[in-house]
Amino acid sequence: MNKASMSKLTPTPGQTVGPFYGYALPFTKDRELLAPGSPGSIRLQGVVYDGAGHPIPDAILEIWQADAEGNVPHHTGSLVRDGYTFTGFGRSAVGNTGVFTFTTVNPGPTDDDAAPFISVAVFARGLMNRLFTRIYLPENEKALAADPLLSSLDPERRKTLIARRDADGGLTWDVRLQGEGETVFLDFEGSSK
Amino acid sequence: MPEEINLEIYNADPLTEDVSDEATKAAPKTYASGVPAGDTAAESQADLSAEMKALGDAYAQALRNGAPAEIQPRLDYPPYRSSVLRHPTKDLHHADPETIELYSPAFGHMDVHALEADLTIQHNGEPLGERIVVSGRVLDGDGRPVAGQLVEIWQANSAGRYIHKRDQHPAPLDPNFTGVGRCITGADGSYRFTTIKPGAYPWKNHLNAWRPAHIHFSLFGQEFTQRIVTQMYFPGDQLFPLDPIYQSIVDQDARDRLVATYNHEQTKPEWALAYNWDIVLTGSKRTWTENEALGEAGDDNE
Repeated sequence: MNKASMSKLTPTPGQTVGPFYGYALPFTKDRELLAPGSPGSIRLQGVVYDGAGHPIPDAILEIWQADAEGNVPHHTGSLVRDGYTFTGFGRSAVGNTGVFTFTTVNPGPTDDDAAPFISVAVFARGLMNRLFTRIYLPENEKALAADPLLSSLDPERRKTLIARRDADGGLTWDVRLQGEGETVFLDFEGSSK
Repeated sequence: MPEEINLEIYNADPLTEDVSDEATKAAPKTYASGVPAGDTAAESQADLSAEMKALGDAYAQALRNGAPAEIQPRLDYPPYRSSVLRHPTKDLHHADPETIELYSPAFGHMDVHALEADLTIQHNGEPLGERIVVSGRVLDGDGRPVAGQLVEIWQANSAGRYIHKRDQHPAPLDPNFTGVGRCITGADGSYRFTTIKPGAYPWKNHLNAWRPAHIHFSLFGQEFTQRIVTQMYFPGDQLFPLDPIYQSIVDQDARDRLVATYNHEQTKPEWALAYNWDIVLTGSKRTWTENEALGEAGDDNE
């Protein structure tokens, strides 16, 4: 049974994050899911672009992911990191050039054959409501081919959800809010088509 | 807490709300005597109001023709000029949430100190303005309380000024008010903040554009798909019909869900006015364990 159809209350609407989240949402080590340089740590970086292809300086991204073994974290402590516990959550405001950066690990597959991905929420001034998307790791082509979401997309759009592997082992993945190469954003409500 | 403000972000280049946008490049950068200089290029409120009215009328007509009510803001809402290049033009792609998306980051009292819910005690003195208590519950779409989760708020001071350096509104900063709060919801999904009623805030979407008084709210549910950031408004604000951000929600019932209710019973004599606002997240997509269904607070035992 589709659980969404059981909803009894109407959700509260979202609104734009606006321009002034910068003194409220960022916190110490917000983008460091683990300490830079720790064994297994990688850099995840990218740029947020608008429909004219310009980087935007006032977006903020959140990532939420499984650990390297594919386990879903259940630990508190994202806001006050103890330096050891992997909580799976990070937040990075972009800088003036639209760049966001996280230090994290490659998420492991949550099931044996699953394609590992990082869940993302995007917020920006001028963006009326948050957008959800995913960052897939590029390596396991067989798993990517079998992934229910990716296989429902045409090749051009599918590419927008798969990160590039950098020479240093990190991941690069850009967000394009509009236009050529527009990132695939997700709607989790309602039934599958 | 104020001492943890990220100064790199706080000290970013001064920039008013829309100065970086093509649409308002010609907008005035300085105010003198409260009147923008060189405002000939700015669009008038009448222009914007006409655009908003046309979109509202079209929605009302669509409703009469049997279209479903729209419960979220439109991502494509041109009267909010900054949205023009910042909304996806393709439909959101339906996905069934999987694994990680069916769970939420966990927050607890090691993340948030109880005092962070009082925005009036973060400095040595009392902030200026109308002291208020804002409380309510966070529920999911099935009516279940969202227990043990993070609520973050930020807002302008009583003069309508944000502490953010990018806010160049020539209203006073209040040395006793930062405007940032956090709390962890109770077992019944309840939250409660003590703060100051924010002032209306001028921005440069168009000439003489003013935001209704609002408090920004950031909420987590029990699943990442329930994550939202929104704004709470105060009842009876005369700026509602003029504001493109509020009006980006074209449905009146949906707009009403962002407006708090004044509660005189909870108002504290000689102390603070009380407002109530409940927040409903989307429905759960996950099969809950018995403990979760009983509303057990989050993993907070460390």
